[in-house]
Amino acid sequence: MKNTQPTTADLERQLKRRSKAAKLEVWGRVVSFSALILIVAVVVAIIGFVASKGIATFTTNHVNLWDFLTGKDWNPGIKDAHGKPEVGALSMIVGSFLITILSALIATPFAIGTAVFMNEISPNRGAKILQPVTELLVGIPSVVYGFIGLSVVVPFTRNVFGGSGFGILSGTCVLFVMILPTVTSMSADALRSVPRYYREASLALGATQWQTIWKVVLRAATPGLMTAVVFGMARAFGEALAVQMVIGNAALMPHTLVDPAATLTSVLTTGIGNTVMGSLQNNALWSLALVLLLMSLVFNLIVRLIGRKGRLH
Amino acid sequence: MTKKRWVQGIVLVVLVALGVFAYQTRQTSHAGESITAVGSTALQPLVEAAGEQYTGEHLGTFINVQGGGTGTGLSQIQEGAVQIGDSDLFATEQKGITGKDLVDHRVAVVGITPIVNKQTGVKNLSTQQLTDIFTGRVTNWQQVGGKKQPIVLINRAQGSGTRATFERYGLAGHRSKTAQEQDSSGMVRQIVATTPGAISYVAFSYVNHTVQALALNHVAPTEANVITNHWKIWSYEHLYTKGQPTGLTKDFIAYVQSPAIQKTLVRQLGYLSPTQMHVERDVDGQVTKIGGTRP
Repeated sequence: MKNTQPTTADLERQLKRRSKAAKLEVWGRVVSFSALILIVAVVVAIIGFVASKGIATFTTNHVNLWDFLTGKDWNPGIKDAHGKPEVGALSMIVGSFLITILSALIATPFAIGTAVFMNEISPNRGAKILQPVTELLVGIPSVVYGFIGLSVVVPFTRNVFGGSGFGILSGTCVLFVMILPTVTSMSADALRSVPRYYREASLALGATQWQTIWKVVLRAATPGLMTAVVFGMARAFGEALAVQMVIGNAALMPHTLVDPAATLTSVLTTGIGNTVMGSLQNNALWSLALVLLLMSLVFNLIVRLIGRKGRLH
Repeated sequence: MTKKRWVQGIVLVVLVALGVFAYQTRQTSHAGESITAVGSTALQPLVEAAGEQYTGEHLGTFINVQGGGTGTGLSQIQEGAVQIGDSDLFATEQKGITGKDLVDHRVAVVGITPIVNKQTGVKNLSTQQLTDIFTGRVTNWQQVGGKKQPIVLINRAQGSGTRATFERYGLAGHRSKTAQEQDSSGMVRQIVATTPGAISYVAFSYVNHTVQALALNHVAPTEANVITNHWKIWSYEHLYTKGQPTGLTKDFIAYVQSPAIQKTLVRQLGYLSPTQMHVERDVDGQVTKIGGTRP
């Protein structure tokens, strides 16, 4: 009974002291914040490094940016008639875009069709069979796709369409299979997020299932579907190994789909080991890498724009 | 509880003491030392195999061998980032390399031959014909005595040592026109074997029954012809060091150049030994005869 005063002081101290849970909270906040800082730092460092190397072509080696983007001759080791190095990246930029757009064009109907089947028409069987199949396709390493492309797709295009078999067409075929699972699973997610009452309302108004899918579900899911396609395109744009094995890697403007061509990634992977750090040849490759990086940023921006503007509900 | 702590403490101290003892009395010489060799993929198999043998015979040493290409090898050694830079070319032949401070150690000779798809029906070409093919003046095998079939050019990547050597000595210094490019000799062979009308070039060791190696001016691509320089398309394989090598680097290079390796491993892997050559060629392509009767 005699120590009432100290007990109050104790109680006060106890109340003012941070509890274990509060400490844990601070600790958790510090950990997650430093993880965030680390990732941001890595991203900034990568962009900064690629940019500083890529810009050196134009600052140190005095290549004209316009010549770089519109020139058609890619021979960084050789100077043209005016004494300027031949670093025209147009053929590779065109190759990359062509192959990306073509494969997305082919993959989209298949992917959306699969997603509709999985979600709307036969959810049970779709989930049981198609889900594992698409997941399996995602897991196959790209070198395997490339090898199959080299030993199956290339001879096929050669026999059917002529030429050497290496070219945009073979690359498109391989990329189509590679981006299909990405686009499919994201499209399925988009369809799944359409509220159930949309369908119920449509059916209650007397629409058939097809009318419901076409006019209501697909319309409501359009932003999500477009996001899926853009993500597929981003993957196609950045894919290096599989494409490099079947496209032929000739830095020429593609005139037909069966001519050998090159993409930004295929030139990068074949060339980087044969150049010397700091030389023009090396810097020119870094410039290509910078173009790739900027393009993937653009793809990301497009995804964000679609997400913001296209919302229906 | 406290007793247990005691036991743990003693065990820990004993372990640390043992560790220190083991570290102090470890096998010295170069034990625990490691060096890194980076560069040419054409030379990589030899350096890898020699490195494995060397570390097997000298326990505790470690030779780390990486590919990456001639350009990588030379830029890394120029910066002093590695101990050995593997190269298919003389350092000064590579753009962006000054060659300053770099010491050349030639460890092998590689012959390079044009190869074609077996169905082209061509087995011999003149240098002029070969140049015409690679510069795009001749586009059908019919024009050089083969079947009626369009020619499909396949190049190695720009800056590849094999390509540089082929253009210099096979095409008389002409530059190949832009065509398909592949970044490895294995890939080149496979594509030539399966693509009708294809022509490319690989090191002798990559030639097998799936492709047709071409004779040039009726000289067959054989090792005997390389030794006498009758077959002109060959190059040295170099190990570059920055400054004179020391320690393990020096011992390892001496080991690769020793007769034991030159007579066994170098030849087993399809290279020639520089000691076999009857001629010597410098960086400018000047050929001088040497004694060359050494086995």
